[in-house]
Amino acid sequence: MKTFPIGGIHPSDCKEYSKSAAIETFPTPATVTIPLSQHIGAPAVACVAKGDRVLVGQVIANAGGFVSSPIHSSVSGTVVAVEPKADAQGNKKPSVTIAVEGDEWVDTIVRGGALKKNINLSKEEIVSKISQMGIVGMGGATFPTHVKLSIPAGKKAECLIINAVECEPYLTADYRVMLEQGEKLIVGARILAKAIGVDKIYIGIENNKPDAISHLQQLASAYVEVEIIPLKMRYPQGGEKQLIAAVTGREVPSGGLPIDVGAVVQNVGTALAVYEAVMLNKPLFERVVTVTGSQLASPKNLLVRIGTPMSALIDYCGGMEGVGKVIAGGPMMGRAVSNVDAPVTKGTSGVLLMPTEESLRNVEGSCIRCAKCVEACPMGLEPYLLNRLTQLGDFEQLEHHYIADCIECGCCTFSCPSYLPLLDWVRIGKAEVMKRIRERAAAKK
Amino acid sequence: MDSQKLVISPAPHVHGSNDTRRMMGDVLIALLPALLVSVLAYGLQALVVTAFSVACCVLVEWFIQKFMLKGASTIGDLSAMVTGVLLAFNLPANIHLGLVAIGAVVAIGIGKMTFGGLGKNPFNPALVARVFMLVAFPVAMTTFPEAAGAVTGATPLAMAKEALKAGVPVGEVMESVDLVAMSLGMKSGSMGEISVVALLIGFVWLLCRRVISWHIPVCVLGTMALISSVAWLASPEEFMSPIFHLCSGGAVLGAVYMATDYVSSPMTKKGMVIYAVGIGVITMLIRIWGAYPEGMSFAILIMNSVVPLIDKYVRPRRFGAVRNGK
Repeated sequence: MKTFPIGGIHPSDCKEYSKSAAIETFPTPATVTIPLSQHIGAPAVACVAKGDRVLVGQVIANAGGFVSSPIHSSVSGTVVAVEPKADAQGNKKPSVTIAVEGDEWVDTIVRGGALKKNINLSKEEIVSKISQMGIVGMGGATFPTHVKLSIPAGKKAECLIINAVECEPYLTADYRVMLEQGEKLIVGARILAKAIGVDKIYIGIENNKPDAISHLQQLASAYVEVEIIPLKMRYPQGGEKQLIAAVTGREVPSGGLPIDVGAVVQNVGTALAVYEAVMLNKPLFERVVTVTGSQLASPKNLLVRIGTPMSALIDYCGGMEGVGKVIAGGPMMGRAVSNVDAPVTKGTSGVLLMPTEESLRNVEGSCIRCAKCVEACPMGLEPYLLNRLTQLGDFEQLEHHYIADCIECGCCTFSCPSYLPLLDWVRIGKAEVMKRIRERAAAKK
Repeated sequence: MDSQKLVISPAPHVHGSNDTRRMMGDVLIALLPALLVSVLAYGLQALVVTAFSVACCVLVEWFIQKFMLKGASTIGDLSAMVTGVLLAFNLPANIHLGLVAIGAVVAIGIGKMTFGGLGKNPFNPALVARVFMLVAFPVAMTTFPEAAGAVTGATPLAMAKEALKAGVPVGEVMESVDLVAMSLGMKSGSMGEISVVALLIGFVWLLCRRVISWHIPVCVLGTMALISSVAWLASPEEFMSPIFHLCSGGAVLGAVYMATDYVSSPMTKKGMVIYAVGIGVITMLIRIWGAYPEGMSFAILIMNSVVPLIDKYVRPRRFGAVRNGK
């Protein structure tokens, strides 16, 4: 069975809490707070003002540039504020707050009806529609999808890879989408393939989801260009570079992009959103969020309107009893939340509640040179060395040892028997090295 | 909702089962079969020496941290205990306890703490002490008690070396050596060296628990087997057989438990192979042509000193490096 070439770890997948919970529509809250920057790139620019009436799916902020994405209202009601609101980390970010009245959708959105399979739009029309509908990468990186679909001059896409790995422990949102909306997902993938002009689609799934593999294999038998690739379970297989290597055997060169090896990768949630955007004219204003944790009364997979406070989801699933840490995303790469009233955004794949006793880190010891971090690093770096060089502030050496290649997957910290916060230091070193690389590039111009 | 008491820390938010204390504990467990054989062969004396050595090592580390460094004690990580057992395994069972105490001071005090404690020592602390004692107390270190069932008090390696020097043909030397008995532990030698089988059981345990990888032990023993085979096949009258070499002396103890010391071995698999082959070569050079019958300790210490160089030049295989041409 296929997998990526070097490093990796085997965290326990902890998906049993929520994997059998079918996707449930979360009731629309009384107010939503929709941040204007839910993607990588320039923040969107608000085009509504306090007092305006908005409908579900109406544009409330326009893209702030090419690498940006418009924002749509997830509810119908009245705009009560356009001002900075605290995000999950407590930082104030420009947001639109809407008081909900009814549930009135923009009339161009197709609701209900049979699955639409025929793709009538041209390449350019697809990309433009995806851009207008505010689609961004929903695996967590939130890179605007239309940018990823615009192949740079001189490069050629050869295949589309659907990232159905969901290698983060606990999360099951993509898994449920595969089981419940499998065919929409496949049509979404075909739309994406048409947009980049390829006729080969791989869907990479880890073998801890055998039912999703067999279900999609069955659905894919009707489409010759779609191939399901079962992968050996190993974290971080859902990392873009790791997935491409696992599926195609090609390695994205150091400092390069997936397109350098002819691959474009899109996540399961994104493919579903693309289907809805292109076939149903539905902008990205809701998403599936896994709300889970070992001490939670009823972990669930919820279809949530963007802007719904995370605290509402937590209350709905059993509350904060015994919780020491809240994580937006998975336990390996997700971010700790300080403000649980912050809204669900386009990139929120999960809300994970860690029990108090699992929330604190162990006391760090000293490096015993066991090389577990070197063995675990999927990029073939030497985390122990990067850790030390960052502490010494030797940024030249850090660059020389390819710190810029780090994908921040956390395998090193996870593996360290002395509980050293390796990735914390590597992040600091990497940020400084990246800054220096950018400054050098700017000076050259 | 109350956000005040939430823990905030960067990802990752979960940790694997690796833990220094657990890994050191696994090494101690792996050494138990060999300790058992040692007690069967030499009686309670073996247990007394091992326990005393462990106690001394732990005490020295605690004393230095408490009274000289005035810092927190790290004896809980069990690494001092491992050093204690390994030191004892490198000593004859009838050694005077006073010498054991001196060995512990050298191992922990000089071999480990002078460099900054766990993780900082360039040489294997137990071996530093063993070699120090071998030079300082040569008679006490090479006079072995008779093991139950063993033929004589000299080690097979020392016997063979003396006999070969005196011009006795290998065939006659081998007559006095029972390889099966040797591998089970019925031979004279340092406490931990006597049973190859017991040591290999521990090796399997360490592999199963993923404490060490196969690279260093297999490459050390493989290199020794290769060199001794070539010599033996070329001139069976002059050189001992490869099986004799692998079963005798500290070959297995060194390859599995001493050369694999995390702190003083390389960080990459490729580096480990280079380091292990080096140990195998040096050991055989000393055994065949050197003045000492046993060369494992010296070989490991010499290769320990090369580790920083190996780590500087041998890098892990980097993802995406091939096409980049950097």
